[in-house]
Amino acid sequence: MTQPLDILVETASQTAGPYVHIGCIPTFAGVEGVYPEDLGLSPIEDGAKGEVITIVGSIYDGTGWAMRDAMFESWQADAAGVYPGQDGADPKVSGFCRFAADKDTGEYTLRTIKPGPVKGRNGQVFAPHVSIWIVARGINIGLNTRIYFDDEDNSGDPLLARIEQRPRVDTLIAKKTGDGTYRFDIRLQGEGETVFLDL
Amino acid sequence: MTETAALMPRRREVHPDPYYPDYKTSLTRSPSLPLLSMESTPSEETGPRFGHNMLGALDNNLISNYTQGKALAVGERIRVHGRVLDETGRAVPHTLVEVWQANAGGRYRHIKDTYFAPLDPNFGGCGRTITDDNGYYEFMTIRPGAYPWPNRANDWRPMHIHFSIFGHAFGQRLISQMYFQGDPLIDLCPIAATVRDRSQLDRLVAPLDMQNSRGMDYLAYKFDIVLRGRRQTMFENKPEGM
Repeated sequence: MTQPLDILVETASQTAGPYVHIGCIPTFAGVEGVYPEDLGLSPIEDGAKGEVITIVGSIYDGTGWAMRDAMFESWQADAAGVYPGQDGADPKVSGFCRFAADKDTGEYTLRTIKPGPVKGRNGQVFAPHVSIWIVARGINIGLNTRIYFDDEDNSGDPLLARIEQRPRVDTLIAKKTGDGTYRFDIRLQGEGETVFLDL
Repeated sequence: MTETAALMPRRREVHPDPYYPDYKTSLTRSPSLPLLSMESTPSEETGPRFGHNMLGALDNNLISNYTQGKALAVGERIRVHGRVLDETGRAVPHTLVEVWQANAGGRYRHIKDTYFAPLDPNFGGCGRTITDDNGYYEFMTIRPGAYPWPNRANDWRPMHIHFSIFGHAFGQRLISQMYFQGDPLIDLCPIAATVRDRSQLDRLVAPLDMQNSRGMDYLAYKFDIVLRGRRQTMFENKPEGM
């Protein structure tokens, strides 16, 4: 016998299911009047420092079908690379957004500001990125990934450096499509499969 | 910048298989390649925080929040309560807990739910609260009905309430489901069965809690939730291996 470790076990995930919108973005789901507005409508307020950008994309299942029922959450630093809640963070940046795939087209839109590079432990610096968490019917545990940007220097990013198959790095990099606009598609399974994260 | 502590690695073996053939939708919605694993970074160690001032008085009362208190939902009145803890056993205070569920007949207020059971005009099906200083939360609601769903020819979801919990770090984010003690449909449900380890599934089943029930009013069910913890060490800010 030994001493007990006294470590609890995390509660098991279950799928968010097809009706996740009722709980997380009820007004979007047509359940109106319970809350004044849905949580996480925008990660920024007017006056947030930095370049305002719009990221558009779709999430495809293993057959190539754009999913219509996925829900996303994003979390990011401000333009200086400081996370909300940390000392000196931009008070106009909440950093958190909830958004859903369009019911008809499957396309999502995230309007935010371009985050700055983020300092990690031991001198690590992460290139500008937005963290994404995806839930939907058929996803048994939420999927984490990141959106990097093709007009930033991603060469020193410690996470991207860990991807062995270099062509897969591109699955985490949004492509600039115009002034302040980017495209970022997510492929859940199969050819061009997005790199999902376990951090 | 503010230093944050690393999260304990997620124990994937206690979670569902992403690919589970009896849950058909999971077959095309599960990555086929391994996840990229590494130590958490500030992006996972920080997260959105929400204040108690965002809550309305009825937000955690699904019996009356859809009508803003004007009328009550149909169904067996229940109180669902418990604590949010992390793997270290510490309470997670001031964290947002959201729930959603079907009505007493097993019908969701959602455009894609076309089950015969009627909508309850007094039931919306969502609620939220923020844990107190001790990580405690509670909801008043009605017991949701079981319902059939299109998967295999005759699959039924056991009675359940969906839970969404934030914790204090984006890497702690969790969505799960609470089941009810004694429901025979739990053992037949392919979604419940995605959790490989029976002891982990049992932890999703809330026991009837008579001592926290109220006579002539409601039954209580207790549901505690555990999120990922943070590693506690004084050695964090040294180069690896030194």
